[in-house]
Formats: sequence, structure tokens, C-alpha cells
Amino acid sequence: MKPFAYARPADVGEAVATVAGEPAAVFLGGGTNLVDHLKLGVARPDLVVDVRRLTSREITDTDDGGLRIGAAVTNSELAADRRVRERYPVLAQALLSGATGQLRNLATTGGNPLQRTRCVYFQDVTTPCNKRDPGSGCSAVGGYTRYHAVLGIPAALPDATSPETCIATHPSDMAVALSALDARVRVLGPGGVRTIPFPELHRLPDDDPSRDTVLEHGELITAIDLPPLPAGTRSAYRKVRDRASYAFALVSAAVVIADGDIRIALGGVAHKPWRATRAEEILRGGPVSEDSVRAAMAAELAAAQPQPGVDGGNGFKIPLVTRTVVATVRELTTEERA
Amino acid sequence: MDAEISLTVDGVHRRAVVDTRSTLLDALRERLGNASPKKGCDHGQCGACTILLDGERALSCLALAVAHDSAEITTADGLASGGELHPVQQAFLDLDAFQCGYCTPGQICSAVGVLEEVRRGWPSHVSADLAADPELTDAEVSERMSGNLCRCGAYANITPAVRQAGGAR
Repeated sequence: MKPFAYARPADVGEAVATVAGEPAAVFLGGGTNLVDHLKLGVARPDLVVDVRRLTSREITDTDDGGLRIGAAVTNSELAADRRVRERYPVLAQALLSGATGQLRNLATTGGNPLQRTRCVYFQDVTTPCNKRDPGSGCSAVGGYTRYHAVLGIPAALPDATSPETCIATHPSDMAVALSALDARVRVLGPGGVRTIPFPELHRLPDDDPSRDTVLEHGELITAIDLPPLPAGTRSAYRKVRDRASYAFALVSAAVVIADGDIRIALGGVAHKPWRATRAEEILRGGPVSEDSVRAAMAAELAAAQPQPGVDGGNGFKIPLVTRTVVATVRELTTEERA
Repeated sequence: MDAEISLTVDGVHRRAVVDTRSTLLDALRERLGNASPKKGCDHGQCGACTILLDGERALSCLALAVAHDSAEITTADGLASGGELHPVQQAFLDLDAFQCGYCTPGQICSAVGVLEEVRRGWPSHVSADLAADPELTDAEVSERMSGNLCRCGAYANITPAVRQAGGAR
């Protein structure tokens, strides 16, 4: 592992200034992803700035009836919070479907959305990867694509040598739920505080696959706000994976249904948590039935690009994610209310 | 680059000089002579390094030692008190919940954490009712212990041992 200096500033302002002033500095939260990347050589910082004890570890009620989650609140604490379990079950379910108890006790609210892809080529420093080593190409094209994207990519066989190619997926379950909930991300940067709608936090590869989010170097997530939901809102998260526990999603769906409104976010299908806005538009205001959801998902997935690859590629994701959304909607619309 | 840290390990205050790159696992094993947490995969996938970190079960291989300066750590080595095994340790013996034993200190620390999480009413992925307090069923134990791998495959005895230690009927 490459040597690095460690700093624990006195407050978040000093932490932001420190990272902003050093191009090879990174923030350290719970460390569950970063420490692994330090070992693998995926992350090679000169300076690690520890913010775990600097941001809030409280979940507070906001004036508008929502919740503000401090960035240092652990994934375990957030999933166990009674208000989250009762009012935002999609979020508790997403958190509990991810990682393991030992990891959730370390992982933080600010850090989880910033975890990096589990693309096997990204994590293997001996292979070309535009995300890890910009301009080196994409080893995933035509390779092991089972956990890779089908949405937000230009072609069924992108140019593996292009510096813009990346077919990785974002691995966070929590982020899919936060996208469907229209959470808001509070960010402190060198220029002050800004708020980012959660669906706009993550980005597609575009011309720079190395960037997962719209955050600038030195910007720090300090809290995530959950907006209030109308009375009677129901929500759920459904995850499909290769084993029953402790595995990343092949596909997942977060669905939030209120009177006349439906929000759908998909995991495991794109470089970012995928808000199914096309499907939402089709369904909004109309009847939500199995047939209407299937039709809406067909429209959402019209531009999908299944990736060929070893073991048959990932075309299975297109019918699978449709069935996953249908099943989640069915659960929310047919379950007996207590 | 070196840093000096202090830790309370199994009730004993310790000081150590560690490289900033050192994990808690390496600090415990290589600097403080506590070989109870094991290095299995060293990537957070197997759970052999599980310790209780400030009371919560955590993976010591993914925690930088310098970031946990002043932490209170309990390893499986420090669970017994007054010559009495911890109920989880006793249950593992009673029910033959290990074979080679390599993963066992991590399994036991994890199980101690699981029982505390259930006592607090924390739900899991398999809890049918998110709002209700969970019960210590086989399915709950299997899900909550899924971060601890056992290559001998002693799971069939680990699950009942965790339930016994938790007072499940």
C-alpha cells in the first residue's frame, strides 16, 4: 500500500479546506470501501482526511415533517430508526438488503452513496479501466458483464478502446431508495453550502467515467434530507441477487406510491441509480396495474442496451427488472393494510 | 508514516505506534499481540476479523487503526469474565458450533453483536414486519450472521448455538 498522511481536522470547514487544497487528498468516512481500495491500489491518496467524527450522527425531525440524517449516522442506525421504519420503509429495506451487520455498523450515510462500482475490472489494477485509469479503455465490454449496465450506454457493443466507455453499475442499495424518495443532499464545499436533489447526485459516464457524482473535489456530504411524504404513501425495496444474503444486486427496484403518484428507481442497471422517469410519466395519474406497469417499463427500457459477454452477457436484466418492478408494485397495491 | 494511538483492548489500556496504513486487525495482531481476530480474506468478505468496536460488531480489517484512536475494543479473547465463558462461547462448545476453529473468534464476536442488535429491536432483511421487534428464528440468525463464512460448514450448529445463547426457545 502506498504511504499516506492522515489528518483529523477540528471541524468540517477545516476538513473541506484541507481536501480542497490537496489534489491527492480523500475524505475517510466509515472506510469500508476506501480502506479496501487502499489495499488494492485502486485508491492512491497522499492524504486521508478523517471526517467520521466531524459530521452529525443524529437523525432529526425537520420543520416540514421530514427527517435530516447526519452524514455520520451509520447504515445500521438509520435502518433501525423507528421513524425510518414506519415512514420510509423503502429506505430501511434497502439498507438492510445491503452488506452485512459488521459493515453496516461502520458504513455511514455520507459514505454509502459515494461507494464505488464493484466492476471486477475497476477493482483489478492489472486491467485497463477508464474509471480507475482514465483513457486506458474498458475491459468490461464483451467480458464479464453480469453485474454491468444496460441503461445509459450508447450501444450494445461500445468501443472498448474509447476513453469515454464505461458500463459499470453503481452498487449502492441505499442510493436507489434515496433516489425514489427525492431525498436532498446537503453538501459543504470551499464555496459554501449547496443542496443537490438526490437523483442528480450521480452521473452517467459521458466524457469522464472517472467521475461517479457531480461533487467537486473537496465537497463533503454533511447530511441527507428526506422530504415528508403524503399520508397514505407506501414504499418498498426489492433486490434480486445471486445468493440470499450479502451480495450486490443484479437488479433492484425502489417504488414509492402515493395517491395519484408513483416514483420508481432502479438499481444494478446503470452507472447511477436509475430514476424511471419515463415509466413514472406514463403511470402518473392513471391506473396502476400489472399491465400498465409492464407497458410503462417497456417504454422505460426501450433504449436499453444488453451487453454481450461471458456466461451469456446481461440481457436477462431487461425482463428481470421489469418483473422486479411489477412484483414490488403488486406488493404495495395488494397488501392488506393493518 | 507513523502515528501513536491508544486503545482499550479487552479491558486493558494499550498504547502503540502504528503506520497510518495499518488496520485495527494488523495493529491488534502484530503490535499488541492479540491474535484472536483472524486474517481471512483481509477484504471484508469473510468476517474472521470481527471484533466489538465501541460495543458494535465491526470488521477490523477495514478499519484504519489511526482512525480509531481511543476506541474500546473487545475481541473473543476478552469476552469471558471471572473464569466464566461468555454465554455465546459456552453455546458454541455445547453445540459443537465449530470444526477447525479459525473463523470462530469472529463468529463469536459477531454473534454477541447480533444478540445485542436483536435485544435493541433492530430489524433485518428477513424481518417480515419492519416495525415489530424481531424474534431470534433460524432465518433471522442466518441472515444476521451472513457476514461470517465458515469453510468447515459448521453453520448447522452455529445457528442453534446463537439461538441458545440468545435464550430462544
